[in-house]
Amino acid sequence: MTYEEKGAWVYLVVTAVTYLGYLGVMASRAGDDLAATPYAAPMLWSIGASIVLAVVVRIAVEVARPSDVHRADERDRDIDRHGERVGSGVLGVGMVAPLALALVEAPHFWIANAIYAVFAIGAVVGSAVKLVAYRRGF
Amino acid sequence: MGKPTRITNSIRALRFAHGEMTQAELARRVDVTRQTIIAVEQGRYSPSLEMAFRIARVFGVPLGDVFQYPEEDS
Repeated sequence: MTYEEKGAWVYLVVTAVTYLGYLGVMASRAGDDLAATPYAAPMLWSIGASIVLAVVVRIAVEVARPSDVHRADERDRDIDRHGERVGSGVLGVGMVAPLALALVEAPHFWIANAIYAVFAIGAVVGSAVKLVAYRRGF
Repeated sequence: MGKPTRITNSIRALRFAHGEMTQAELARRVDVTRQTIIAVEQGRYSPSLEMAFRIARVFGVPLGDVFQYPEEDS
């Protein structure tokens, strides 16, 4: 597995785990009125954790299983572009949801959560597309 | 999902004809990762024209001796 492929795995896992962690925290705190649940701190912690974990886990993976080469080659760059294009497409289409929520003047809770969900889904899909390309061909 | 490219290649045969050159050695000489050489060899990745020329140059053969493209079905 190349350095870049490991990076795609780390990004996928960290994004999924931190987002699911956020959903878990929100579920544990939710009352009768879900939109009244305080969400800002858990969301910021989740985003912060994903950034820190992405770096820490990346380093840990390299220590455990060092890569031969740490420089992206032509195939890595092609696959990265392919994954980013699909992920950006998901992000672009998905952003219709928070826009619609804003237009109907939905509570900030739903708008912020829709944005976070779309970012997380876009990142996971983009990484998954890269991993499929690495495994099955591109 | 089938192979993403119709291009075939003779890299494996050429490696063996050149002193059983390893994929790692070919990767080093072409300046790509070993995994990229494996992907190209298995038809899972179509290299750029530039990389294709670099691979051919390592073996000292014309591009057509390394990569082949099937005739169109009539």
